[in-house]
Amino acid sequence: MKKIFGRPKGLTDILMRYCPGCGHGVVHRIIGELLVELNVRERAVGIAPVGCSVFADEYFNCDMIQPPHGRGPAVSTGIKRARPECIVFSYQGDGDLAAIGTAEIIHAAGRNENITVIFINNAIFGMTGGQMAPTTLPGMRSTTSVKGRDIKKQGYPMKICELLSALDGPYYLERCAVTTPKNIIKTKKALKTAFRNQVENKGFSLVEILSMCPTGWGQTPVQAKKWVEEVMSKYYPLGVFRNRAEEEK
Amino acid sequence: MAEKRLMYGNHAVVEGVIAAGCRFFAGYPITPQNEIPELMSIRMNEEGGVFIQTESEIAAINMLFGAAAAGKRAMTSSSSPGISLMQEGLSYIAGADMPVLVVNVIRGGPGLGNIAPAQSDYYQATRGGGHGDYFTITLAPHTVQDLFEFPRLAFELAEKYRNPALILADGLLGQMMEPVEFSFEPIDPKDLPDPEWALSGCGGRERRIVRSYDLKQGRLEELNVLRSKKYKKIKDNEQRYDAVECDDAHMVIVAYGTCARVAAAAMRIAREKGLKVGLFRPITLWPFPSDVLSDMSKRIKNFLVVEMNCGQMIDDVKLATEFRSKIDFLGRPGGGVPTPPELYKKIEGIYGGMQ
Amino acid sequence: MPEVKILEEVCKGCGLCCDGICPVDILILAPDRINSSGYHPAEVTNMNKCTGCGYCYLVCPEPAIEVYK
Repeated sequence: MKKIFGRPKGLTDILMRYCPGCGHGVVHRIIGELLVELNVRERAVGIAPVGCSVFADEYFNCDMIQPPHGRGPAVSTGIKRARPECIVFSYQGDGDLAAIGTAEIIHAAGRNENITVIFINNAIFGMTGGQMAPTTLPGMRSTTSVKGRDIKKQGYPMKICELLSALDGPYYLERCAVTTPKNIIKTKKALKTAFRNQVENKGFSLVEILSMCPTGWGQTPVQAKKWVEEVMSKYYPLGVFRNRAEEEK
Repeated sequence: MAEKRLMYGNHAVVEGVIAAGCRFFAGYPITPQNEIPELMSIRMNEEGGVFIQTESEIAAINMLFGAAAAGKRAMTSSSSPGISLMQEGLSYIAGADMPVLVVNVIRGGPGLGNIAPAQSDYYQATRGGGHGDYFTITLAPHTVQDLFEFPRLAFELAEKYRNPALILADGLLGQMMEPVEFSFEPIDPKDLPDPEWALSGCGGRERRIVRSYDLKQGRLEELNVLRSKKYKKIKDNEQRYDAVECDDAHMVIVAYGTCARVAAAAMRIAREKGLKVGLFRPITLWPFPSDVLSDMSKRIKNFLVVEMNCGQMIDDVKLATEFRSKIDFLGRPGGGVPTPPELYKKIEGIYGGMQ
Repeated sequence: MPEVKILEEVCKGCGLCCDGICPVDILILAPDRINSSGYHPAEVTNMNKCTGCGYCYLVCPEPAIEVYK
């Protein structure tokens, strides 16, 4: 008998500190698998954000950097332009990418930078204790919207894939979720495309991944999974928002 | 014979950066240094380098962080408000012990200020500027020739000590034209070795991490103590200055950059009238040339600090001279520039009342 | 005969592998014991039925599951 599934070599041996049922772990594992399957681990440079996954520099088994909050796309640009042979991936949460880093992600996408961005959308600020995020749903409770997000005072959530698809720059934009095995397989396929695009010098790829945050949402992992399936993905529909590869055919 | 050209200060920065083997620029337009990104966009393309006009100064300093972490010489230029935006980035870069070069062509402040020259970012440059215990190696050019030569020195120091370096120019130096001698053999970036910490892909070696945090108990304190030792080494070894006619002086002017040029002219007027005045020009603002100034204060009892601000470097002069001497001040903030006659009048007034 | 190995000390008892994922429904959270982190680890109720599909591994965030075939 041989092991057909187990901890991939693209992850280090350090056990991940995420909460039980957190979506980060699933996505980290997928990336760990892809770094090996696409044979890019040895030339990969990953960017860890500020947020729960600030520790990603301990988990991904490749060169890593941890820059200021939201600036991943800019740092990625610096590394990729300085060393085009490296496969550069920016791993970011919804505070990092959709709050403080909105300028950086829009401009990196607009420049069609040849990088891979993994955007974990769990509609809340996890690391700092559960405050409202730009992607928090209307009516959703958080520590800074205790009665539920009030659209009148706190505005509407931000749909990043839709926003970026208004730009001519980006090559590939897709939204996925890490809930069911079927969705997880689709997420891996999307991330594989996003990494392969960079290997083939196609340009900017971003995969937005709806992810569970049981702790931030005050739910069990199983409840959180259901909430992504039944509520969150209604507001943030899954699917492909841009694929220049299809257009090129 | 080395090539000599009449150049704008801002253009000399560009040529100096390229001659220093740097092939990465990311920056944002801001007056009075727009000539730097403008010429850089042409020259970097000619040299096969990277030129990025960024979305903001915040993006620029972070692109530098990435390029430097990837092991390449990288620089940006800006002016005061843009440098303020870069402070978080500089704190991270210093905390990750990475080298970058930032050129600040200072303008009047605070806030939007104006576009006239100033020296009001001295505190920002020499007291860290961003959060945490760190310093940026800070060089003060005073001629267009300096603007050409200092980028190479700045990169050497930044890489030797793995720390950000700042060149503190002002709007007048950036905009003036002077002859520049291409005084050194340009460095070919291919001759620059890959640093041992470069993120280049972990094939064939252990993986590397560039970061400025450590949450293990006591570890951040250790890192800070180590970095303090590094800063002490820089202070012990890299203080630079120029002392003109200080040996027989009864009064010494302390000034850098444009103010040093004005002071040199005022000093000549004074000397012609028989007043024994010298000029002490710091070249490194951090590390401040305290050692020599301290010695000097044991026999010189009168210093006149001249700055284009409300009084910032004067603090370091007081600290260095340990309050042994009388220290006077002439300051022109908010874009004001002192003139030699104005400065001479101040010198004359003080000299008259000296013991 | 495919087999699933739960890394009990790695498991955080999130229960995602037990929530209708397994096509033969052989995963539960052990009700009678906890690991050294205080979580009820997942356990296999009937290894003979395991098909080696790997769905449990897919949904596990640690991963605390290894699949052998």
